[in-house]
Amino acid sequence: MNMISHIIPMPQPIRPVVRLSRFSRSFGANTVLDDLHIEIAQGEFVALLGRSGSGKTTLLRTLAGLDTADAQDVTIPTSRAVVFQDARLLPWKRVWRNVGLGLKGADVRDRAEAALREVGLGHRLDAWPLTLSGGEAQRVALARALVREPKLLLLDEPFAALDALTRVKMHGLVMALWRAHKPAVLLVTHDVDEAIALADRVLVLDKGRIVVEERISAPRGQRTGIAAALRERLLASLGVERDEPLPFVKAE
Amino acid sequence: MAKTSQRSTNRSWQSTLQRSRWVSPIALMLAWEAASRIGLIPTRTLAAPSQVLGTLWSLIVSGELPANLAVSLGRAAAGLVIGVGLGIVLALIAGLTREGEAAVDSPVQMLRTLPALALSPLFIVWFGIGETPKIALIAFATLFPVYLDLYNGIRGVDVRLIDAGRSFGLSRGQIVTDIVLPAALPQLLVGLRYAFSVAVLILVVAEQINASAGLGFLINNARDFMRTDIIVVCLLVYAGLGLAADQSVRLIEDRALAWRPKARGGLK
Repeated sequence: MNMISHIIPMPQPIRPVVRLSRFSRSFGANTVLDDLHIEIAQGEFVALLGRSGSGKTTLLRTLAGLDTADAQDVTIPTSRAVVFQDARLLPWKRVWRNVGLGLKGADVRDRAEAALREVGLGHRLDAWPLTLSGGEAQRVALARALVREPKLLLLDEPFAALDALTRVKMHGLVMALWRAHKPAVLLVTHDVDEAIALADRVLVLDKGRIVVEERISAPRGQRTGIAAALRERLLASLGVERDEPLPFVKAE
Repeated sequence: MAKTSQRSTNRSWQSTLQRSRWVSPIALMLAWEAASRIGLIPTRTLAAPSQVLGTLWSLIVSGELPANLAVSLGRAAAGLVIGVGLGIVLALIAGLTREGEAAVDSPVQMLRTLPALALSPLFIVWFGIGETPKIALIAFATLFPVYLDLYNGIRGVDVRLIDAGRSFGLSRGQIVTDIVLPAALPQLLVGLRYAFSVAVLILVVAEQINASAGLGFLINNARDFMRTDIIVVCLLVYAGLGLAADQSVRLIEDRALAWRPKARGGLK
Protein backbone atom coordinates (compact mmCIF):
# COMPACT_ATOMS: atom_id res chain seq x y z
CA MET A 1 0.00 0.00 0.00
CA ASN A 2 2.68 2.36 1.06
CA MET A 3 4.90 1.35 -1.86
CA ILE A 4 2.22 1.83 -4.44
CA SER A 5 1.46 5.30 -3.32
CA HIS A 6 5.15 6.01 -3.42
CA ILE A 7 5.55 4.84 -6.98
CA ILE A 8 2.39 6.22 -8.51
CA PRO A 9 1.83 9.85 -7.47
CA MET A 10 -1.77 9.89 -6.39
CA PRO A 11 -3.74 13.12 -6.58
CA GLN A 12 -3.74 14.71 -3.14
CA PRO A 13 -6.83 13.27 -1.45
CA ILE A 14 -9.02 16.16 -0.40
CA ARG A 15 -9.83 15.71 3.26
CA PRO A 16 -13.30 17.02 4.02
CA VAL A 17 -13.36 19.90 6.48
CA VAL A 18 -16.89 19.03 7.50
CA ARG A 19 -18.08 15.52 8.01
CA LEU A 20 -21.38 14.47 9.51
CA SER A 21 -22.16 10.77 9.47
CA ARG A 22 -25.41 9.12 10.50
CA PHE A 23 -26.28 12.31 12.31
CA SER A 24 -29.69 12.54 13.94
CA ARG A 25 -31.26 15.11 16.14
CA SER A 26 -34.69 15.27 17.67
CA PHE A 27 -36.54 17.54 20.03
CA GLY A 28 -38.95 15.43 22.01
CA ALA A 29 -40.89 13.21 19.62
CA ASN A 30 -40.01 15.48 16.72
CA THR A 31 -37.10 14.20 14.61
CA VAL A 32 -35.50 17.21 12.97
CA LEU A 33 -32.43 15.64 11.40
CA ASP A 34 -32.61 12.00 10.44
CA ASP A 35 -29.56 9.85 9.75
CA LEU A 36 -27.87 12.64 7.86
CA HIS A 37 -24.63 12.30 5.96
CA ILE A 38 -22.82 15.41 4.76
CA GLU A 39 -19.25 16.09 3.71
CA ILE A 40 -17.85 19.40 2.60
CA ALA A 41 -14.42 19.50 1.00
CA GLN A 42 -11.80 22.13 1.64
CA GLY A 43 -12.63 25.30 -0.28
CA GLU A 44 -15.91 23.92 -1.59
CA PHE A 45 -18.96 26.16 -1.96
CA VAL A 46 -22.10 24.25 -1.00
CA ALA A 47 -25.61 25.64 -1.07
CA LEU A 48 -28.28 24.12 1.12
CA LEU A 49 -31.89 24.54 0.09
CA GLY A 50 -34.88 23.56 2.12
CA ARG A 51 -38.37 24.61 3.03
CA SER A 52 -38.97 26.13 6.44
CA GLY A 53 -39.03 23.38 9.00
CA SER A 54 -36.78 21.13 6.93
CA GLY A 55 -34.04 21.16 9.56
CA LYS A 56 -31.76 23.78 7.97
CA THR A 57 -31.43 25.84 11.12
CA THR A 58 -30.69 22.83 13.29
CA LEU A 59 -28.03 21.63 10.87
CA LEU A 60 -26.46 25.08 10.80
CA ARG A 61 -26.43 25.33 14.60
CA THR A 62 -24.68 21.97 14.76
CA LEU A 63 -22.06 23.01 12.22
CA ALA A 64 -21.58 26.32 14.04
CA GLY A 65 -20.92 24.41 17.24
CA LEU A 66 -23.83 26.14 18.98
CA ASP A 67 -25.55 22.86 19.77
CA THR A 68 -23.55 20.07 21.34
CA ALA A 69 -23.27 17.01 19.14
CA ASP A 70 -23.37 14.63 22.12
CA ALA A 71 -21.14 11.76 21.06
CA GLN A 72 -22.25 11.62 17.43
CA ASP A 73 -19.90 11.42 14.49
CA VAL A 74 -19.34 15.11 13.75
CA THR A 75 -16.19 16.71 12.41
CA ILE A 76 -16.13 20.47 12.18
CA PRO A 77 -13.05 22.69 11.98
CA THR A 78 -12.17 24.79 15.00
CA SER A 79 -11.82 27.90 12.88
CA ARG A 80 -15.32 28.61 11.64
CA ALA A 81 -17.48 31.67 11.40
CA VAL A 82 -21.15 32.43 10.87
CA VAL A 83 -22.91 35.24 9.05
CA PHE A 84 -26.51 35.35 10.22
CA GLN A 85 -29.52 36.68 8.35
CA ASP A 86 -29.77 39.55 10.82
CA ALA A 87 -26.22 40.83 11.03
CA ARG A 88 -26.20 40.47 14.84
CA LEU A 89 -23.68 43.20 15.43
CA LEU A 90 -23.35 44.36 19.01
CA PRO A 91 -24.85 47.86 18.91
CA TRP A 92 -22.69 49.13 21.79
CA LYS A 93 -19.40 48.35 20.09
CA ARG A 94 -18.02 50.41 17.25
CA VAL A 95 -17.83 48.67 13.89
CA TRP A 96 -14.16 47.73 14.13
CA ARG A 97 -14.61 46.32 17.63
CA ASN A 98 -17.47 44.19 16.31
CA VAL A 99 -15.20 42.85 13.62
CA GLY A 100 -12.43 42.18 16.14
CA LEU A 101 -14.80 40.60 18.68
CA GLY A 102 -12.99 37.99 20.71
CA LEU A 103 -9.70 38.34 18.82
CA LYS A 104 -6.53 38.64 20.84
CA GLY A 105 -3.33 40.54 20.18
CA ALA A 106 -2.17 44.11 19.80
CA ASP A 107 -3.00 44.37 16.10
CA VAL A 108 -6.75 43.69 16.34
CA ARG A 109 -7.62 47.13 15.02
CA ASP A 110 -5.31 46.73 12.03
CA ARG A 111 -6.70 43.31 11.20
CA ALA A 112 -10.27 44.59 11.57
CA GLU A 113 -9.43 47.54 9.35
CA ALA A 114 -7.98 45.28 6.66
CA ALA A 115 -11.08 43.08 6.71
CA LEU A 116 -13.38 46.10 6.56
CA ARG A 117 -11.42 47.50 3.62
CA GLU A 118 -11.94 44.20 1.83
CA VAL A 119 -15.71 44.56 2.10
CA GLY A 120 -15.50 48.22 1.11
CA LEU A 121 -16.17 49.71 4.53
CA GLY A 122 -12.74 51.02 5.46
CA HIS A 123 -14.32 54.43 6.08
CA ARG A 124 -16.90 53.20 8.62
CA LEU A 125 -14.34 51.84 11.12
CA ASP A 126 -15.56 53.98 14.02
CA ALA A 127 -19.26 54.06 13.17
CA TRP A 128 -21.92 52.75 15.55
CA PRO A 129 -23.69 49.67 14.10
CA LEU A 130 -27.17 51.20 14.45
CA THR A 131 -26.18 53.92 11.98
CA LEU A 132 -25.42 51.38 9.21
CA SER A 133 -27.78 50.40 6.41
CA GLY A 134 -28.87 46.75 6.12
CA GLY A 135 -26.35 46.05 3.37
CA GLU A 136 -23.52 47.73 5.28
CA ALA A 137 -24.33 45.80 8.45
CA GLN A 138 -24.23 42.56 6.48
CA ARG A 139 -20.86 43.52 5.00
CA VAL A 140 -19.55 44.18 8.51
CA ALA A 141 -20.81 40.73 9.48
CA LEU A 142 -18.90 39.28 6.52
CA ALA A 143 -15.75 41.13 7.58
CA ARG A 144 -16.22 39.85 11.14
CA ALA A 145 -16.38 36.31 9.78
CA LEU A 146 -13.41 36.68 7.40
CA VAL A 147 -11.03 38.34 9.84
CA ARG A 148 -10.84 34.95 11.58
CA GLU A 149 -9.61 33.27 8.36
CA PRO A 150 -12.14 30.47 8.87
CA LYS A 151 -11.79 27.03 7.30
CA LEU A 152 -15.58 26.88 7.30
CA LEU A 153 -17.81 29.86 6.57
CA LEU A 154 -21.48 29.38 7.38
CA LEU A 155 -23.88 31.77 5.68
CA ASP A 156 -27.38 31.59 7.16
CA GLU A 157 -29.66 33.24 4.58
CA PRO A 158 -27.40 36.28 4.74
CA PHE A 159 -29.02 38.10 1.83
CA ALA A 160 -32.68 37.33 2.52
CA ALA A 161 -33.38 40.64 4.24
CA LEU A 162 -31.64 42.78 1.61
CA ASP A 163 -33.20 44.53 -1.37
CA ALA A 164 -32.63 42.98 -4.80
CA LEU A 165 -29.88 45.38 -5.93
CA THR A 166 -27.92 45.08 -2.71
CA ARG A 167 -28.27 41.32 -2.92
CA VAL A 168 -26.68 41.20 -6.37
CA LYS A 169 -23.75 43.29 -5.10
CA MET A 170 -23.39 41.01 -2.06
CA HIS A 171 -23.27 37.94 -4.32
CA GLY A 172 -20.32 39.46 -6.15
CA LEU A 173 -18.62 40.35 -2.90
CA VAL A 174 -19.07 36.89 -1.43
CA MET A 175 -17.66 35.32 -4.59
CA ALA A 176 -14.63 37.62 -4.54
CA LEU A 177 -13.99 36.92 -0.86
CA TRP A 178 -14.42 33.19 -1.36
CA ARG A 179 -11.90 33.19 -4.22
CA ALA A 180 -9.42 35.22 -2.18
CA HIS A 181 -9.65 33.22 1.06
CA LYS A 182 -10.92 29.82 -0.11
CA PRO A 183 -12.87 28.74 2.95
CA ALA A 184 -15.37 25.92 2.65
CA VAL A 185 -18.75 27.62 2.47
CA LEU A 186 -22.18 26.38 3.41
CA LEU A 187 -24.80 28.81 2.18
CA VAL A 188 -28.25 28.21 3.59
CA THR A 189 -30.83 29.85 1.37
CA HIS A 190 -34.42 29.82 0.13
CA ASP A 191 -33.42 31.15 -3.24
CA VAL A 192 -32.88 28.48 -5.91
CA ASP A 193 -31.35 30.94 -8.39
CA GLU A 194 -28.90 32.17 -5.78
CA ALA A 195 -27.86 28.60 -5.08
CA ILE A 196 -27.35 27.84 -8.78
CA ALA A 197 -25.40 31.03 -9.39
CA LEU A 198 -22.97 30.64 -6.48
CA ALA A 199 -22.45 27.02 -5.50
CA ASP A 200 -20.28 24.09 -6.60
CA ARG A 201 -22.86 21.75 -5.20
CA VAL A 202 -26.49 22.17 -4.22
CA LEU A 203 -28.15 20.09 -1.53
CA VAL A 204 -31.84 19.95 -0.80
CA LEU A 205 -32.84 19.10 2.74
CA ASP A 206 -36.32 17.78 3.38
CA LYS A 207 -37.69 16.32 6.59
CA GLY A 208 -34.19 16.01 8.03
CA ARG A 209 -32.69 14.15 5.07
CA ILE A 210 -30.74 15.17 1.99
CA VAL A 211 -33.15 14.38 -0.84
CA VAL A 212 -31.29 15.91 -3.79
CA GLU A 213 -27.63 16.52 -4.49
CA GLU A 214 -26.60 18.36 -7.65
CA ARG A 215 -23.01 19.05 -8.57
CA ILE A 216 -22.56 21.99 -10.92
CA SER A 217 -19.44 21.83 -13.07
CA ALA A 218 -20.19 24.73 -15.40
CA PRO A 219 -18.14 27.77 -14.43
CA ARG A 220 -19.98 30.59 -12.72
CA GLY A 221 -21.29 33.14 -15.16
CA GLN A 222 -21.83 30.44 -17.80
CA ARG A 223 -24.60 28.59 -16.13
CA THR A 224 -27.59 29.91 -18.06
CA GLY A 225 -27.50 26.82 -20.28
CA ILE A 226 -27.99 24.38 -17.41
CA ALA A 227 -29.91 26.67 -15.12
CA ALA A 228 -33.44 26.15 -16.46
CA ALA A 229 -33.47 22.37 -16.15
CA LEU A 230 -31.62 22.37 -12.84
CA ARG A 231 -33.91 25.03 -11.48
CA GLU A 232 -36.94 22.93 -12.33
CA ARG A 233 -35.48 19.83 -10.68
CA LEU A 234 -34.59 21.72 -7.52
CA LEU A 235 -37.96 23.44 -7.33
CA ALA A 236 -39.71 20.13 -7.81
CA SER A 237 -37.76 18.65 -4.92
CA LEU A 238 -38.84 21.64 -2.84
CA GLY A 239 -42.47 20.90 -3.65
CA VAL A 240 -43.00 23.61 -6.27
CA GLU A 241 -44.42 21.96 -9.41
CA ARG A 242 -43.96 23.84 -12.66
CA ASP A 243 -46.75 22.13 -14.59
CA GLU A 244 -49.43 22.75 -12.02
CA PRO A 245 -51.68 25.46 -13.37
CA LEU A 246 -51.73 28.42 -11.05
CA PRO A 247 -55.15 28.74 -9.48
CA PHE A 248 -55.72 32.31 -10.62
CA VAL A 249 -54.80 31.67 -14.29
CA LYS A 250 -57.93 31.22 -16.36
CA ALA A 251 -57.80 28.02 -18.45
CA GLU A 252 -58.77 28.54 -22.06
CA MET B 1 -57.09 80.80 -1.11
CA ALA B 2 -59.21 81.62 1.88
CA LYS B 3 -58.48 78.20 3.26
CA THR B 4 -54.69 78.56 3.06
CA SER B 5 -54.71 81.95 4.72
CA GLN B 6 -56.86 80.50 7.48
CA ARG B 7 -54.43 77.67 7.89
CA SER B 8 -51.46 80.02 8.08
CA THR B 9 -53.16 82.23 10.68
CA ASN B 10 -53.92 79.05 12.54
CA ARG B 11 -50.29 78.07 12.46
CA SER B 12 -49.01 81.47 13.52
CA TRP B 13 -51.57 81.49 16.33
CA GLN B 14 -50.23 78.09 17.43
CA SER B 15 -46.66 79.28 17.41
CA THR B 16 -47.69 82.37 19.35
CA LEU B 17 -49.27 80.07 21.92
CA GLN B 18 -46.09 77.99 22.02
CA ARG B 19 -43.95 81.05 22.62
CA SER B 20 -46.19 82.44 25.32
CA ARG B 21 -46.23 79.40 27.61
CA TRP B 22 -44.35 81.37 30.27
CA VAL B 23 -47.12 83.99 30.53
CA SER B 24 -49.53 82.10 32.78
CA PRO B 25 -46.95 81.05 35.44
CA ILE B 26 -45.76 84.67 35.62
CA ALA B 27 -49.37 85.87 35.89
CA LEU B 28 -50.01 83.40 38.69
CA MET B 29 -46.91 84.61 40.56
CA LEU B 30 -48.00 88.21 40.13
CA ALA B 31 -51.49 87.37 41.36
CA TRP B 32 -49.99 85.56 44.36
CA GLU B 33 -47.74 88.54 45.09
CA ALA B 34 -50.63 90.99 44.74
CA ALA B 35 -52.91 88.88 46.94
CA SER B 36 -50.21 88.85 49.62
CA ARG B 37 -49.64 92.59 49.38
CA ILE B 38 -53.31 93.50 49.84
CA GLY B 39 -53.58 91.03 52.71
CA LEU B 40 -55.75 88.44 50.95
CA ILE B 41 -53.14 85.73 51.73
CA PRO B 42 -51.69 86.26 55.19
CA THR B 43 -47.98 85.51 55.63
CA ARG B 44 -48.71 82.81 58.22
CA THR B 45 -50.68 80.94 55.51
CA LEU B 46 -48.26 81.47 52.63
CA ALA B 47 -45.45 83.98 52.27
CA ALA B 48 -45.31 86.23 49.21
CA PRO B 49 -42.94 85.26 46.36
CA SER B 50 -40.81 88.35 46.99
CA GLN B 51 -40.47 87.42 50.64
CA VAL B 52 -39.55 83.82 49.71
CA LEU B 53 -36.82 85.07 47.40
CA GLY B 54 -35.51 87.40 50.09
CA THR B 55 -35.46 84.58 52.64
CA LEU B 56 -33.72 82.30 50.15
CA TRP B 57 -31.00 84.90 49.68
CA SER B 58 -30.51 85.53 53.39
CA LEU B 59 -30.42 81.78 54.14
CA ILE B 60 -27.75 81.36 51.50
CA VAL B 61 -25.71 84.31 52.73
CA SER B 62 -25.91 83.21 56.38
CA GLY B 63 -24.69 79.76 55.36
CA GLU B 64 -27.66 78.12 57.02
CA LEU B 65 -29.09 76.69 53.80
CA PRO B 66 -25.79 75.40 52.30
CA ALA B 67 -24.81 73.72 55.58
CA ASN B 68 -28.16 71.96 55.98
CA LEU B 69 -28.32 71.09 52.31
CA ALA B 70 -24.90 69.46 52.59
CA VAL B 71 -26.13 67.31 55.48
CA SER B 72 -29.20 66.22 53.47
CA LEU B 73 -27.13 65.51 50.36
CA GLY B 74 -24.72 63.45 52.45
CA ARG B 75 -27.61 61.30 53.72
CA ALA B 76 -29.04 60.81 50.26
CA ALA B 77 -25.63 59.97 48.82
CA ALA B 78 -24.77 57.47 51.56
CA GLY B 79 -28.16 55.77 51.23
CA LEU B 80 -27.91 55.68 47.44
CA VAL B 81 -24.41 54.25 47.42
CA ILE B 82 -25.46 51.41 49.73
CA GLY B 83 -28.84 50.79 48.08
CA VAL B 84 -27.66 51.00 44.48
CA GLY B 85 -24.53 48.98 45.26
CA LEU B 86 -26.49 46.18 46.94
CA GLY B 87 -29.12 46.27 44.20
CA ILE B 88 -26.47 45.83 41.50
CA VAL B 89 -24.70 43.01 43.34
CA LEU B 90 -27.94 41.11 44.02
CA ALA B 91 -29.17 41.58 40.45
CA LEU B 92 -25.87 40.26 39.07
CA ILE B 93 -26.08 37.22 41.34
CA ALA B 94 -29.71 36.53 40.43
CA GLY B 95 -29.37 37.44 36.77
CA LEU B 96 -26.22 35.56 35.87
CA THR B 97 -26.63 32.24 37.70
CA ARG B 98 -29.57 29.89 38.12
CA GLU B 99 -28.51 29.14 41.70
CA GLY B 100 -28.37 32.84 42.48
CA GLU B 101 -31.80 33.37 41.01
CA ALA B 102 -33.25 30.62 43.18
CA ALA B 103 -31.60 32.00 46.30
CA VAL B 104 -32.00 35.75 45.81
CA ASP B 105 -34.99 36.54 43.65
CA SER B 106 -37.91 35.37 45.78
CA PRO B 107 -36.84 37.04 49.04
CA VAL B 108 -36.17 40.29 47.17
CA GLN B 109 -39.53 40.10 45.43
CA MET B 110 -41.21 39.59 48.81
CA LEU B 111 -39.38 42.44 50.54
CA ARG B 112 -40.08 44.83 47.72
CA THR B 113 -43.80 44.75 48.47
CA LEU B 114 -43.10 46.48 51.80
CA PRO B 115 -43.57 50.23 51.61
CA ALA B 116 -40.17 51.51 52.73
CA LEU B 117 -41.59 54.24 54.92
CA ALA B 118 -43.63 51.74 56.91
CA LEU B 119 -40.31 50.33 58.12
CA SER B 120 -39.28 53.52 59.87
CA PRO B 121 -40.60 52.47 63.33
CA LEU B 122 -38.64 49.23 63.09
CA PHE B 123 -35.54 51.01 61.87
CA ILE B 124 -35.78 53.47 64.78
CA VAL B 125 -35.98 50.56 67.22
CA TRP B 126 -32.95 48.95 65.56
CA PHE B 127 -30.80 51.94 64.77
CA GLY B 128 -31.95 54.68 67.17
CA ILE B 129 -32.79 58.17 65.98
CA GLY B 130 -29.44 59.25 64.60
CA GLU B 131 -28.24 59.22 61.01
CA THR B 132 -28.33 55.44 60.61
CA PRO B 133 -32.11 54.87 60.25
CA LYS B 134 -32.39 57.70 57.71
CA ILE B 135 -29.59 56.29 55.56
CA ALA B 136 -30.93 52.76 56.01
CA LEU B 137 -34.39 53.81 54.82
CA ILE B 138 -32.98 55.43 51.68
CA ALA B 139 -30.77 52.40 51.03
CA PHE B 140 -33.70 50.02 51.46
CA ALA B 141 -35.99 52.00 49.17
CA THR B 142 -33.45 52.49 46.38
CA LEU B 143 -32.28 48.88 46.29
CA PHE B 144 -35.41 47.55 44.61
CA PRO B 145 -35.74 49.69 41.49
CA VAL B 146 -32.07 49.06 40.71
CA TYR B 147 -32.37 45.32 41.37
CA LEU B 148 -35.56 44.86 39.36
CA ASP B 149 -34.41 46.81 36.33
CA LEU B 150 -30.95 45.32 36.13
CA TYR B 151 -32.25 41.79 36.72
CA ASN B 152 -34.88 42.18 34.00
CA GLY B 153 -32.29 43.76 31.74
CA ILE B 154 -29.94 40.81 32.16
CA ARG B 155 -32.71 38.28 31.65
CA GLY B 156 -34.04 40.12 28.62
CA VAL B 157 -30.79 40.05 26.64
CA ASP B 158 -31.31 39.01 23.03
CA VAL B 159 -30.37 35.32 22.86
CA ARG B 160 -29.39 35.73 19.21
CA LEU B 161 -26.57 38.07 20.22
CA ILE B 162 -25.35 35.54 22.77
CA ASP B 163 -25.45 32.85 20.05
CA ALA B 164 -23.43 35.11 17.77
CA GLY B 165 -20.88 35.64 20.56
CA ARG B 166 -20.62 31.92 21.19
CA SER B 167 -20.21 31.20 17.47
CA PHE B 168 -17.16 33.48 17.53
CA GLY B 169 -15.70 31.56 20.43
CA LEU B 170 -16.27 34.03 23.26
CA SER B 171 -15.84 32.59 26.74
CA ARG B 172 -18.61 32.77 29.32
CA GLY B 173 -16.89 35.69 31.02
CA GLN B 174 -16.50 37.56 27.75
CA ILE B 175 -20.16 37.01 26.92
CA VAL B 176 -21.08 38.57 30.26
CA THR B 177 -18.81 41.61 29.91
CA ASP B 178 -19.14 42.17 26.15
CA ILE B 179 -22.78 41.27 25.57
CA VAL B 180 -24.95 40.76 28.67
CA LEU B 181 -23.91 43.75 30.76
CA PRO B 182 -23.86 46.34 27.95
CA ALA B 183 -27.24 45.06 26.81
CA ALA B 184 -28.65 45.47 30.32
CA LEU B 185 -27.14 48.92 30.87
CA PRO B 186 -30.06 50.96 29.47
CA GLN B 187 -32.42 49.15 31.86
CA LEU B 188 -30.02 49.70 34.77
CA LEU B 189 -30.03 53.42 34.06
CA VAL B 190 -33.83 53.47 34.08
CA GLY B 191 -33.66 51.85 37.50
CA LEU B 192 -31.03 54.34 38.61
CA ARG B 193 -33.14 57.29 37.57
CA TYR B 194 -36.05 55.86 39.52
CA ALA B 195 -33.81 55.22 42.53
CA PHE B 196 -32.67 58.86 42.52
CA SER B 197 -36.22 60.18 42.66
CA VAL B 198 -37.15 57.64 45.34
CA ALA B 199 -34.10 58.76 47.35
CA VAL B 200 -35.33 62.37 47.36
CA LEU B 201 -38.82 61.25 48.34
CA ILE B 202 -37.62 59.12 51.26
CA LEU B 203 -35.17 61.83 52.29
CA VAL B 204 -38.01 64.32 52.78
CA VAL B 205 -39.91 62.03 55.13
CA ALA B 206 -36.95 60.42 56.88
CA GLU B 207 -35.43 63.77 57.71
CA GLN B 208 -38.52 64.85 59.58
CA ILE B 209 -38.41 61.86 61.94
CA ASN B 210 -35.94 63.49 64.22
CA ALA B 211 -33.09 65.59 63.01
CA SER B 212 -30.79 68.26 64.33
CA ALA B 213 -29.53 69.25 60.91
CA GLY B 214 -30.57 69.02 57.29
CA LEU B 215 -33.40 70.39 55.18
CA GLY B 216 -35.98 68.45 57.20
CA PHE B 217 -34.70 70.05 60.40
CA LEU B 218 -34.97 73.45 58.73
CA ILE B 219 -38.57 72.77 57.72
CA ASN B 220 -39.53 71.44 61.17
CA ASN B 221 -38.07 74.52 62.84
CA ALA B 222 -39.84 76.80 60.38
CA ARG B 223 -43.11 75.03 61.07
CA ASP B 224 -42.71 75.64 64.83
CA PHE B 225 -42.22 79.37 64.20
CA MET B 226 -44.82 79.48 61.39
CA ARG B 227 -42.17 80.72 58.95
CA THR B 228 -43.95 79.80 55.71
CA ASP B 229 -41.25 81.61 53.73
CA ILE B 230 -38.58 79.18 54.96
CA ILE B 231 -40.88 76.22 54.33
CA VAL B 232 -41.41 77.32 50.72
CA VAL B 233 -37.65 77.86 50.29
CA CYS B 234 -37.06 74.26 51.44
CA LEU B 235 -39.75 72.98 49.08
CA LEU B 236 -37.99 74.80 46.24
CA VAL B 237 -34.71 73.18 47.21
CA TYR B 238 -36.31 69.72 47.30
CA ALA B 239 -37.76 70.33 43.84
CA GLY B 240 -34.32 71.40 42.68
CA LEU B 241 -32.81 68.23 44.15
CA GLY B 242 -35.29 66.08 42.22
CA LEU B 243 -34.52 67.95 39.02
CA ALA B 244 -30.77 67.69 39.55
CA ALA B 245 -31.02 63.95 40.25
CA ASP B 246 -32.89 63.42 37.00
CA GLN B 247 -30.48 65.55 35.01
CA SER B 248 -27.45 63.74 36.40
CA VAL B 249 -28.79 60.36 35.23
CA ARG B 250 -29.56 61.89 31.85
CA LEU B 251 -25.97 63.02 31.65
CA ILE B 252 -24.76 59.51 32.47
CA GLU B 253 -27.14 58.11 29.84
CA ASP B 254 -25.90 60.44 27.14
CA ARG B 255 -22.32 59.37 27.81
CA ALA B 256 -22.86 55.64 28.39
CA LEU B 257 -25.44 55.09 25.67
CA ALA B 258 -23.76 57.11 22.94
CA TRP B 259 -24.32 54.16 20.60
CA ARG B 260 -28.06 54.66 20.58
CA PRO B 261 -29.51 56.79 17.78
CA LYS B 262 -30.52 60.14 19.21
CA ALA B 263 -34.27 59.68 19.53
CA ARG B 264 -34.69 62.58 21.90
CA GLY B 265 -33.58 65.16 19.36
CA GLY B 266 -35.88 63.68 16.75
CA LEU B 267 -38.96 63.94 18.93
CA LYS B 268 -38.52 67.62 19.61
